[in-house]
Amino acid sequence: MTKIAYSQDHEYVRTEASGATIGISDYAQEQLGDIVYVELPSVGTVFKKGDEIAVVESVKAASEIYAPVDCTVTEINAALEANPAEVNADAMGTGWLMKVSVQNEEQLGELMDEAAYATHIA
Amino acid sequence: MRYLPHSDADRAHMLATVGVNSSDELFDVVPADLRLRKALDLPDHAPEYGVEAHMKALASKNHTGADGPFFIGAGAYRHHVPASVDHLIQRSEWLTAYTPYQPEISQGTLQMLFEFQTQVANLMGMEVANASMYDGSTAAAEAILMARRVTRRKKIIVSGGLHPQYRDVIKTYLSDEEGLVCRPSNAQGTASIIDQVDETTAAILVQTPDFYGHLHDLEALAEAAHAKGALLIVVVTEIVALGLIEAPGACGADIVVAEGQSLGNPLGFGGPYVGLMATRQKFVRQMPGRLCGQTVDADGTRGFVLTLSTREQHIRREKATSNICTNAGLCALAFTIHLSLLGEIGLTKLAKINHANACKLAIALDKVSGVEVLNKTFFNEFTIQLNKNAGQTIQALADRGIMGGLPVSRLEPGRDDLSNLIVLAATELTSEQDIEALTTALTEELS
Amino acid sequence: MNMNREGRPTGTGSAPLEAINKAALLPSEPLLFEVGNVAHSGVDLPDVSIDDTRLGAFRRKSSLDLPGLSEPENMRHYVRLSRLNYSIDAGLYPLGSCTMKHNPRLNEKMARLPGFADVHPLQPISSVQGAIGVIAELAEWLMVLTNTKAVAMSPKAGAHGELCGMMAIKAAHEAKGEGHRNIVLVPESAHGTNPATAAFLGYKVVGVPAKADGTVDVQAVEAALSPDVAGIMLTNPNTCGLFEPDVKKIADAVHAAGGYFYCDGANFNAIMGVVRPGDLGIDAMHINLHKTFSTPHGGGGPGAGPVVLSKALAPFAPVPFVHAGETGLEFVEHVEGTKSFGRLTAFHGQMGMFTRALTYMLSHGGDGLKQAANDAVLNANYLKAKLEKVFTLPFGDQHCMHEVLANDDFLAGTGVTTLDFSKAMIDEGYHPMTMYFPLVVHGAMLIEPTESESLKALDAFADTMLELATAAKAGDVARFTSAPQNAPLKRLDETGAARKPILKWVREE
Repeated sequence: MTKIAYSQDHEYVRTEASGATIGISDYAQEQLGDIVYVELPSVGTVFKKGDEIAVVESVKAASEIYAPVDCTVTEINAALEANPAEVNADAMGTGWLMKVSVQNEEQLGELMDEAAYATHIA
Repeated sequence: MRYLPHSDADRAHMLATVGVNSSDELFDVVPADLRLRKALDLPDHAPEYGVEAHMKALASKNHTGADGPFFIGAGAYRHHVPASVDHLIQRSEWLTAYTPYQPEISQGTLQMLFEFQTQVANLMGMEVANASMYDGSTAAAEAILMARRVTRRKKIIVSGGLHPQYRDVIKTYLSDEEGLVCRPSNAQGTASIIDQVDETTAAILVQTPDFYGHLHDLEALAEAAHAKGALLIVVVTEIVALGLIEAPGACGADIVVAEGQSLGNPLGFGGPYVGLMATRQKFVRQMPGRLCGQTVDADGTRGFVLTLSTREQHIRREKATSNICTNAGLCALAFTIHLSLLGEIGLTKLAKINHANACKLAIALDKVSGVEVLNKTFFNEFTIQLNKNAGQTIQALADRGIMGGLPVSRLEPGRDDLSNLIVLAATELTSEQDIEALTTALTEELS
Repeated sequence: MNMNREGRPTGTGSAPLEAINKAALLPSEPLLFEVGNVAHSGVDLPDVSIDDTRLGAFRRKSSLDLPGLSEPENMRHYVRLSRLNYSIDAGLYPLGSCTMKHNPRLNEKMARLPGFADVHPLQPISSVQGAIGVIAELAEWLMVLTNTKAVAMSPKAGAHGELCGMMAIKAAHEAKGEGHRNIVLVPESAHGTNPATAAFLGYKVVGVPAKADGTVDVQAVEAALSPDVAGIMLTNPNTCGLFEPDVKKIADAVHAAGGYFYCDGANFNAIMGVVRPGDLGIDAMHINLHKTFSTPHGGGGPGAGPVVLSKALAPFAPVPFVHAGETGLEFVEHVEGTKSFGRLTAFHGQMGMFTRALTYMLSHGGDGLKQAANDAVLNANYLKAKLEKVFTLPFGDQHCMHEVLANDDFLAGTGVTTLDFSKAMIDEGYHPMTMYFPLVVHGAMLIEPTESESLKALDAFADTMLELATAAKAGDVARFTSAPQNAPLKRLDETGAARKPILKWVREE
């Protein structure tokens, strides 16, 4: 079944039977404004929780995206290179950043669920 | 004090509005012991004619390029600049504008920069160019740092044909010197650096025409670099050469940097000049410096803005690609206006005249006893070997009013094998009489 | 009888006056590549044959695709383009932190004397005594103004000067065997170049918070100091337009901890002749000649950023430097035999800016430079007094230095942002102030009038600012969000420009 968990820094991890997907929350994309560029890591890169895994740029800001859990990148959303606006259009869906294999499932429990995140950004 | 509009009455009115009794009070926040309580030990203000006399007295102590035969190049070249260039760059709207941070009222500067970027990219045969760097030497150092970011490798191989001061700047910028391999300065232009390229190499950096004037086979160098996943950085200090020799981009260069002084900008004792930098589209986000891009306004009209600023220090701060902030706007403007007057036709003609004059100079010098021309290939600059010390000979020529070139020992003082070498340049301003004066004087000095 | 029946029309016809003015004085101009032609050239050059070529196998085969223009076409193109620029000559240019003061034309005239302009940097030293003399004389003025003992003249701009100063600090630590120091403290209000410079040299940047009054907290600095701190980079007067009252205490604390004090001198214009940075305990400070000493900004450079150095850092200054030899002035051009950290540029620095800056200094004199600083600070405080009735000034309870800082609290609830307000200023004929900097203030508006503005000009500017603020508060939102309307272009799509970068003109096939 699908589960979505959020970090304090507005990254989400969606876990499904097929694997995990990382992106930024809808709230985060709205705060950043028009996104013009997304810098993604190479497939196969191994990250520890808290490492910088991507950079999302608007015209006047560059925001680092941090690994919400220990993970290895298995796929990146290559479509964002030509169309970074997809993050604005559908951050939780087609605007995903990367698919990963989670190294430490326990860390997922340290993240917030939908309700907790809603309180966090309120 | 002609630059200060206020009368004492104005000042009194303003102080009253602020609610203080004197200008001094406005500085009350400065702790008393840190205030300067006496006048500066400097002369008082002076009328224009007084300042002019002072500056002219200093200027008159310099020998100018027009005062006699002139053959110095070595990274700065004495070319003719059309009168309209200097007129245009002194227009208020160019001279006294700031960086185009408000694009709606800076379209002049922005469109000019877009034209500049296009000219530079076309001249170098590259896909994109930035809006200029401080000068050629700092652009070369920045190109190396950029190559390291692109390749995520450390090793840099610098050719022995690079201008020695450029090499010294690179050494200073890469203060760790880790992975930096600078080949010794080499006047022969034959030593290959290809065999030093390996899988850890970020880039090889080659100047062409090099410091000693030799032209290099960039295609072979590009092939060798690319075979190991490294980049080829090409440095050009005499941009007029590209009117006649193949564009580095067409030979496989990945980053091209150049000194743009030759077009539009006077010798000016070394600055301000204008650094050029061009690269491939795919590396643009690792390029330092300002970039101007095309867009549209709210009505859909074409316009230009500074773009991809997230690379830069004012946004990225400690994560920026470089700490560079200013470019060389006005020098870039002079470059662009001069090149737009020349066009491809004019630049090619100009390059031909430069080359032809250098050929004449080489032929004439070859006939002087005690002089040997070292170059098989050159554009407008080459190296000669004397039968005696070059530094002393150049000083003796200077005492005769002839600027006879650069003794290599000025830049490479520790190298005995280079102490008899002179690097000389000819340009469109070099006359037959100049060449004759030099050969006559050299013949006397060397006999 | 109607004299004009067959004559020239005297009215504006049906077109509104504004539109006619726009066409005549605010032209749109095609690109060089659209007006030029690769078959044309505006320079007469003889055709020479180069049969006996020494180009080897390297002769160009590809086309450059560079159009040429005749001189009249070229003149018109770049004159028309120039008219799309705002400039200090045409109006008040209140960009905070940029010191947009008048650029005297005597500077330009002197820089163009052949004795300065037509001189090669590598001529024999005996033939350039006047040029080296300019460098030495300018250095002397800078040392007297700052009470320092050395100055590195070669840095090409402010950020290059920062690199110079921080490299000297690094070299000094290494010479003492303290190369392990890897932290540089940078206040949050700093220019972006400060952290970028420190990071460039491999330092870890640690931020220092400001106090509620906008100045640096000396206790926060003390708390951040450690045996690993190489130094601090502090702007004074700071980017909030305030003098740092604890600057000497901060310097002493940093020195006591074995660190050095780099001062960003971007705002030196406020304190010339009033405070000498050397008396504040600074070890290095760059001076932007293009700000403080009126060499022109030129649409974004060239700058010049000489760095004054304390006795402790002087030995590590970059080459070249001037010294008096037996037969005249000489350059030390090589690091061998010195402690110099190296070379920052080919040749000797921005000579053309040195002649301009020296001309400016000689014109003003020591008395005039002090008066200029006094007037710059008076002008800023006068604007502050006029604006504070409507604008919200976060640090308004103290005198400012040469610039006044507002936040966007006064726009709260209006629907107008700092950006909108700035664009509306364009419609009133002004270049906007610096916006959204410093970062420590929300919606920052940083206003620096400089000493060049007359009382009348300041009054007119203040009136306009107050009228705009009143209009924003009165709910005239569209005037702001749709601005500018009277500029050559409306607001530009910066998002589109960044998403699909078009960085050069490409011929349409």
